[in-house]
Amino acid sequence: MKDTWKLGEHEFNSRFILGSGKYNLKLIEAAVEQGGAEIITLALRRANTQEQENILDFIPKGVTLLPNTSGARNAEEAIRIARLSRAMGCGDFVKIEIMHDAKYLFPDNYETVKATEVLAKEGFIVLPYMNPDLIAARDLVNAGAAAVMPLAAPIGSNKGLATKEMIQILIDEIDLPIIVDAGIGKPSQACEAMEMGAAAIMANTAIATAGDVPEMANAFRLAIEAGRKAYLTGMGRVLARGGSASDPLTGFLH
Amino acid sequence: MNEETQVYFIDSDVLPEKALARKHMLEQDPSSRTDPMKYMPGMEVLESDVKDKVLEQMNAYDYSLYTAADVERALSHDTCSIEDFKALLSPAAAPYLEQMARRAERETKNHFGNTVYIFTPIYIANYCQNYCIYCGFNCYNNIRRKKLSFEEIEHEMKVISDTGMEEILILTGESRTYSDVEYIGEAVKIARKYFRNIGIEIYPVNTDEYRYLHECGVDYVTVFQETYDIAKYETLHLLGHKRVWPYRFDAQERALMGGMRGAAFSALLGLADFRKDALATALHAYYLNRKYPHAELSLSCPRLRPIVNNDKISPGEVGERELCQVLCAYRIFLPYVGITVSSRESAEFRNGIAKICATKVSAGVSTGIGDHEDKYEGKDAAADAGAGDEQFEISDGRSFSKMYADMEEGGLQPVLNDYIYV
Repeated sequence: MKDTWKLGEHEFNSRFILGSGKYNLKLIEAAVEQGGAEIITLALRRANTQEQENILDFIPKGVTLLPNTSGARNAEEAIRIARLSRAMGCGDFVKIEIMHDAKYLFPDNYETVKATEVLAKEGFIVLPYMNPDLIAARDLVNAGAAAVMPLAAPIGSNKGLATKEMIQILIDEIDLPIIVDAGIGKPSQACEAMEMGAAAIMANTAIATAGDVPEMANAFRLAIEAGRKAYLTGMGRVLARGGSASDPLTGFLH
Repeated sequence: MNEETQVYFIDSDVLPEKALARKHMLEQDPSSRTDPMKYMPGMEVLESDVKDKVLEQMNAYDYSLYTAADVERALSHDTCSIEDFKALLSPAAAPYLEQMARRAERETKNHFGNTVYIFTPIYIANYCQNYCIYCGFNCYNNIRRKKLSFEEIEHEMKVISDTGMEEILILTGESRTYSDVEYIGEAVKIARKYFRNIGIEIYPVNTDEYRYLHECGVDYVTVFQETYDIAKYETLHLLGHKRVWPYRFDAQERALMGGMRGAAFSALLGLADFRKDALATALHAYYLNRKYPHAELSLSCPRLRPIVNNDKISPGEVGERELCQVLCAYRIFLPYVGITVSSRESAEFRNGIAKICATKVSAGVSTGIGDHEDKYEGKDAAADAGAGDEQFEISDGRSFSKMYADMEEGGLQPVLNDYIYV
């Protein structure tokens, strides 16, 4: 059975979005291959280099580039970085990251909505990184986002689905793909997010800091596929504890 | 008297008699020195509570009270409180160094992945109007002084840039007369042609001057407080604007107010009680983060080094194990800050610490003035007769390409630029 998903007009099979900035450049190709990733993110500021090894040269052909605007502190800076990205030949995809919190690197939803609106009008396929908040997510939909990328936990924290309930609400209420981004520390957490109905998973640190980067990318791939399959299959009821009472409470009704 | 600092005193035989007499008076008679808490004319006064908070914590810190149980408790916590940090800096934590290193490594990887940034400093002038008794640039030290012309700056920068380096830190001696803000601003504009990321380490200036320098292209400001112990500071910085402790303390805050993206902090370990100084350094960054959450902050950890005309200067009780403990404690307390380890430390130490908690190292370093070409091309010392003397002796003289290769070999991805000027 074909199970693809779309960002704008672009169709993808893989539901694993891979990061690129935190590990050896020479491992990127193997990680993409082992992870089966069709989309790879990179910080445009890392690609802003003249000599030595440019990260762009290490990204395999045929993979969709998803440049992010990290370093931007407000909408205006994100918009400028996105335009620069397009001018540098990095395509029309852009992941908006706007942070003015150096400690947790939390995204600023308000500025993110503003940037999304401008960039979507300019024809970008905008994927905003956000704090899972239903109201902001609706604003992002109205602003023209192609997907919504709520964080599971602070970037790099590997704490897993700390915002699980909020993400579930976004999955239930928002008609765009929900890509769980940031904080996913191990494959089982990625699997759980997929079981909940997330469209895709973005992971970076968990893979970058693994003993074997390509193997961990592969583990994530398998977990994401398993979670997706479970979601599509329709999981049976899982009770929180114990069994249910056998005498129906409504037995008195005739 | 100033007996415990005697080791620093070196008299030059070319000093005029009057100057020598003044130098001796400054060294020996505290009443001949100005009040280090009193601002000099032209210095902006900030109404900031950060100083008081840092000093209160530092003054109350008695590290001898911490026990192994405190250290174990600190290491068992998910997040590190100020109390935990104090335990990790204490002598009681020494036997836990390996555990601290493991924890620090994890925090570093979570926040920075397997990356390490490489940069280089460039000294453009070594004139100085201060008498800081441990520093090679001090105004009474008989060294070859030099201020690079704009042509020379451009040439030096081109030589450095040709190696592939993309981040530069511009330094001067602390002299407003010889290297004024406009001179530095012009140097920054030249640097923008060759580098992606520009920092400065110059004398502290006012907010509007930081704003001007930011507009010229600077985004990161480094100011070393040297020591947070005011009584000790007073005995080390005997003359000049640098003597004013609070103006220096507020430099990072003024820089951030002037629009800079980031600021770096440090005590020069070995000048005073290093545990108290390490505590104060980290808290300085900690409190500024709470006030300016967007700011990208980083810590350095220089130890005292020998200088021209005085090879007896050493970091004293701050050995490599102690330095490693301080750095691991920094990382565990402030997982998000950058940590820079300079060429004052050996290649072996820097290779090791980069795997644990350092996020930035310098390479291809000269602390002299205008001698990059000679150094990079291996010409002999006689060839750089026109160069200015060094601020201190470096320990790790690795070139950029060697550093790049060594970091890669250690399993780290070297990063030359992670910055975009917006």
